[in-house]
Amino acid sequence: MSAHVIAARDLTKRYGGAIAVNGISFAVEKGEIFGLLGPNGAGKTTTILMMLGLTEVSGGEIRVLGHDPARDPLAVKRRVGYLPDTVGFYDNLTARENLAYTARLIGFPPADRRERIEDALARVRLTEVADKRVATFSRGMRQRLGLAEILMKGAEIAILDEPTSGLDPQSTDEFLQMIRALKAEGVTVLLSSHLLDRVQRVCDRVALFQSGRIALMGSVAELGREVLGGGFAVEIEAEGAGLELRLGGIEGVSRVERIGPDRYRLLAGRDVRPEAARAVVNGGGQLRRLSVEGPSLEAIYAGFFQRQSEPGEVRDAA
Amino acid sequence: MRREGSPWRGLSAVTMKELADHLSSARMRVLELLVLLTALAALYGAIRQVRDTTAEDPFVFLRLFTSASGQLPSFMSILGFLIPLMAIGLGFDAINGEYNRRTLSRILAQPIYRDALLLGKFLAGLITLAISLSGLWLLVIGLGLIMLGVPPGTEEIARALAVLVIAIAYAGVWLAAAMLFSVVFRSPATAALTTLGIWLFLAVLWPLLAPAIASAIAPPDLRAMLTGQPGIAMLEWQQALLRLSPSQLFTEAMVALFNPSTRALGTIFLSQLHGAVIGAPLPLGQSLLIAWPQTVGLVAASIVLFVIGYVCFQRQEVRA
Repeated sequence: MSAHVIAARDLTKRYGGAIAVNGISFAVEKGEIFGLLGPNGAGKTTTILMMLGLTEVSGGEIRVLGHDPARDPLAVKRRVGYLPDTVGFYDNLTARENLAYTARLIGFPPADRRERIEDALARVRLTEVADKRVATFSRGMRQRLGLAEILMKGAEIAILDEPTSGLDPQSTDEFLQMIRALKAEGVTVLLSSHLLDRVQRVCDRVALFQSGRIALMGSVAELGREVLGGGFAVEIEAEGAGLELRLGGIEGVSRVERIGPDRYRLLAGRDVRPEAARAVVNGGGQLRRLSVEGPSLEAIYAGFFQRQSEPGEVRDAA
Repeated sequence: MRREGSPWRGLSAVTMKELADHLSSARMRVLELLVLLTALAALYGAIRQVRDTTAEDPFVFLRLFTSASGQLPSFMSILGFLIPLMAIGLGFDAINGEYNRRTLSRILAQPIYRDALLLGKFLAGLITLAISLSGLWLLVIGLGLIMLGVPPGTEEIARALAVLVIAIAYAGVWLAAAMLFSVVFRSPATAALTTLGIWLFLAVLWPLLAPAIASAIAPPDLRAMLTGQPGIAMLEWQQALLRLSPSQLFTEAMVALFNPSTRALGTIFLSQLHGAVIGAPLPLGQSLLIAWPQTVGLVAASIVLFVIGYVCFQRQEVRA
């Protein structure tokens, strides 16, 4: 088996006459966090459902862990965990009972189940409410319970569809932390989202979807270079005379903007923070703050579609 | 393209879970109450009737099930109404309920086929209905035993048991129908209303419509018009049309088993009765033979409805 745990080639899905996914190809490597990003209705969920064999493939092929999900869905679903968009649980059952049902469906031996369930609940910090009915759970708790299900399953690939939508910032951060923990264990994570900013922080590589096609694919830094043409923005807050000139003299800096009293923004092709700090200190200035912004997905996304300058055709098929 | 892996994987897990849900649900409490009231109402009417009339009837115990008195319908006819209601009550939100709770895609992402989910839900519903109907059956027999003071004969118990089995098959038809509509319609209310509507149509309107349709298909010939009798062709059409309704099949099967003197369920010529002792009871085996086609019809109807539901479910998108 190759190092690619998921490989799609010319994957296509048609609903009647409408094309939801239009000949996309991508490969996900073992252990990475791969983001499927794009507006609603761009084909992300359909792609995910095809990976799980939950919807038929109209054309092309997809392999998940070496299996064809259409032909051998059980083998795929045994090793892949899925957290659907707005996950639901049986409200009349407790968190533990819900997981116990899934454990029976997966077919874990009875002796194994209890330990797996307790362990998974502890890791998403739901042990205290494990015997409460899910009806009382908040959205964030339900999402965590969904993640507990994937943990309990011991999945090799975790597919998370819009896991952070509708969560408050704190819950989102917690959830992203848990996703990083999954990666640390060697689990491959596939993440779909329309929230570019949040997801950017965890993804190793992303694929930007647009109208059923993958418009861009690669790491955020790569995409930044490709679309924005270099893109480190260093912000400096410092006191001192003639700083603007000194900062402009640093190699690699293309532009210096003054964005406020004693605040400057440098645009550079690389991270120039060390040189900038030296320039301020050597000039007798006082350095107060120094920060760098990598290329942001939001900027890439906007930049890309500006460049295309076509009338944005965003269907809402979801 | 053949799929791999067993379609039965997870079946027992789904069945057990659904069964536990049914048995602990508020719906089940309502069903229990209905069962209790049905048993009491049927017995109240029947026992007064039985006490007055038939002390020397060899099948006095079966009269408990068939006697109607005054305004109270017989146990048999109550059963004909109660069973569809119970079955539809248990099945109308089987699939669309999962869908609306958004549990469907999560469950189907586990290593099971859709087959197991649908069949497991059907089996759980059927077991629940079987438990309720058996309870009702035991209640009637037990109360009858106390109130009549006459022990039932072996054959009476056997006949009542056969009816219980047929009643479960009848429940299966309506359960499969309710589940079919729970696959087709996303809204449980629509599914429930459609199934109830079909049931009402078949139980109440169809018996009125069937004769009219039959006489349109086979208009009375000259002889029939002269004698003022309906033609044979028309009668046969009428019966064939009526038997499209599961209620009719169930009633016929019950009549054959509860009234041991029933010799045929269709039209019969006088010449065919040659040598028969009218009113004499048939042995159990013969009564079962009479009810057999109806029973097979009920089982076949549940299978056909389940299969249609299965095909629809397989083709359905799971996404929101």
